[in-house]
Amino acid sequence: MTSVAESEFTLASRRRRRFTRQRIGRVLAPYALLAPAAAAIGAILGYPLYLLVKMSFEKYGLFELIRHKGRWIGTANYAHILHDGEFWRVLARTLVFTAVTVTLTMVLGTAIALLLLEVSRWLRIALTTGLVLVWSVPVIVAVDIWRWMVDYEFGVANWTLTKLHFGNFVRHDWFANPWTGFGVITLLIVWGAIPFITITVYAGLAQVPQELLEAAAIDGAKPWAVFREVTLPLLMPIFVILTSLSIIWDFQVFQQIWVMLDFRPTSDYYTMAIYAFHQSFQISEYGLGAAIAVVMVLFMFAATLVYLRQMLRTGEVR
Amino acid sequence: MSTVTPIAPTPVAAVAPRGRGRRRRARQLGWNVVGLVVLFVMVFPVYWMVATAFKPGQQILSYTPQWIPTDPTLSNFRDAVDQPFFWDAAKNSIIIVTAVVALSVVLAFLAALALAKFHFYGRKAFIVLILGVQMVPLAALIIPLYILMSRVGQVDKLSGVIAMYLTFVLPFTVWTMRGFLLGIPKELEEAAMVDGATRFGAFVRVLLPLVGPGLVATSIFAFIQAWNEFIIAYVFLHTPQKQTLMVWLASFTTLRGTEWGPLMAGATLCALPVVVFFLLVQRRIAFGLTAGAVRG
Repeated sequence: MTSVAESEFTLASRRRRRFTRQRIGRVLAPYALLAPAAAAIGAILGYPLYLLVKMSFEKYGLFELIRHKGRWIGTANYAHILHDGEFWRVLARTLVFTAVTVTLTMVLGTAIALLLLEVSRWLRIALTTGLVLVWSVPVIVAVDIWRWMVDYEFGVANWTLTKLHFGNFVRHDWFANPWTGFGVITLLIVWGAIPFITITVYAGLAQVPQELLEAAAIDGAKPWAVFREVTLPLLMPIFVILTSLSIIWDFQVFQQIWVMLDFRPTSDYYTMAIYAFHQSFQISEYGLGAAIAVVMVLFMFAATLVYLRQMLRTGEVR
Repeated sequence: MSTVTPIAPTPVAAVAPRGRGRRRRARQLGWNVVGLVVLFVMVFPVYWMVATAFKPGQQILSYTPQWIPTDPTLSNFRDAVDQPFFWDAAKNSIIIVTAVVALSVVLAFLAALALAKFHFYGRKAFIVLILGVQMVPLAALIIPLYILMSRVGQVDKLSGVIAMYLTFVLPFTVWTMRGFLLGIPKELEEAAMVDGATRFGAFVRVLLPLVGPGLVATSIFAFIQAWNEFIIAYVFLHTPQKQTLMVWLASFTTLRGTEWGPLMAGATLCALPVVVFFLLVQRRIAFGLTAGAVRG
C-alpha cells in the first residue's frame, strides 16, 4: 500500500517537476536564442563603443598601443581639439557637406519618384530598372567610375563641358580646388544615394489613397498644393526616416573621399571621419582620434534619436 | 516593382474635360522626355565603365571620347586578372563572404525567432538596441576595434574581419528576418499543431519552408555588405595576399600609373556578382511565399 502511494507521489512530483522545467525552458528559450547574436554585438559593437569613450580620456600613442594600456589624462584630449582651429574647420566643413548632400539627395530623389508617376509605363519600368542597377554598384566601383569620368586628361566630363561652352575644361583638374573637388564627391554620393530614396518614396506614393488626391483636385487644388497638403503629410514618416538615415550616412563620409584622392587627401578634404582616422592611424594619436570620434558620434546621436522615435511611432517596433 | 498597376491618371488629368486629350498627351510626352534625360544621366556612369572596359587602349586615351566601343576587346579584362594579387583577393573575398553569410543567417534566424515568436522581458529594449546600434558610425568604431583586435591578435587575419563583418550585418539581418517571421500567420502554425504536430514539428514543417525567401533575402544582404566593405578590410588586412577585392580595386595602379582600361575591367568584374544578386533579391522580397497562404 505504502509503496503504491509512494510511487504515485513520486510520479506526481516528477510530472510537476517536468512541468516546471518545461515552463522554465519556455521562459529561457528566447534568451538562449538571442544569446549568440547579443554576444557578438556586445563584443564587437558594445565593448568598442565603451573603449572609444575610455580612450578619449587617455593618452594613447604608439607606446601605449604596444603596452596595451592607455594612461588616464582626463579631458585633455577634448581640451586639445576644442582649442584646435583645424577641428572647427573640419566640423564646419562636414556639417555644410552633410547639409548640401542630404538636401540634394532628398529633393532629387523625391522629384524622380514623382516623375515616375507621370511617365509612360515602359519608361517607368526602364527607370526603376536603371535605378536598381545604380543602387547595386559597390561604392569603391562607383568612386573609380567617377574618378575616370572627371580625369583631367581623358575624362568625359571635361570634354563635354568644353564642347557645351561652359568654359575651357581641357586638362582641368577638379581636385586642385577643394570646392570643385567636393562638388564632384557630392555628385558621386548623391548619384549613388538617389535610387534608395526614389524607390522608397515611390513605394510610399503608390500607397497614398487615390480618392484623397482626386478630392483635393476636385476642390480646385493645384498639383503643387495637392503635393504639399495631401501627399507630403502622409509621407512624412517616410521622409523623416530617410532624412535621418541620409544624415547619418553622409556625416560619416570616409571612403569616397579617401579613395577618390588616392588615400592621401590634403587637409582641405578632411571631414570628421577622415580627421579622426588621420589622427589615429597616421600620426598614432589614438586618444585624440577617439575624442574626435566621440564628438562625431554625439552629433549623429541627434539624428539617430529622431530616426528611432519615428520607427517607434510608425509602429514598426512591435 | 512590376506588380504595381499602372498608376491612375494624375489628379489634374482626372478632372480635365474630355476635349483636352491632346494637351494631356503633350504633357505626357514632356514628362517622358524628362524621364529619358534622368534615365540617361543615372545610367551613363555604369555604361561608361562597361564601355571603357571593352575598348582598346587608343580608344580610351583619346581626347575626343569614343562613345561606343567599335571594336571591343577582352584585353583589359586579361590585364586586370593578371594584375598581382587579383586571384588572392578574389579567394579572400569569397572566403570572407561565405563565412559571413553562413554565420549571420544562423545567428540572425535564431535571434529573429526569439523576437518574433516569444514574448519576454526586455524584448522591446533589444529591438531598440538593434535599431540604434546600426547607427553607430563605423568610422568612429574603427579606432577602438583596432586596439581590441590587436589585443586578441586578430589584426591581418581573415577571421578577425569575418567576426567584424558578421556583427555589422547582424542588426539588419535580425531585423529583416524578424519581419519575415512576423509575416507568417500564427494560424498556419496552430493549424499544424491542431493536426497533431509538436511545436518543433510545426516549426520544421511549416515555419522553416515559409521563411525560405527571408533566408535568401538576408543572406544576399549579408553577401552584398561583406563583398562591398572597404574601410575595415583596408585598415585590418595589411599583407597584399590577404586583401579583399575592394581593397585590391581601390589600390589598383600599374607600373604605368592608372590604366583606365584594366581598372574599369576590374571594376566591372568586382561589381558583377553584386549586381546579379541585387537584381535577384529585388524580386525575392517583392513576392513573399505566404502571399496566398491565408487570406480573409
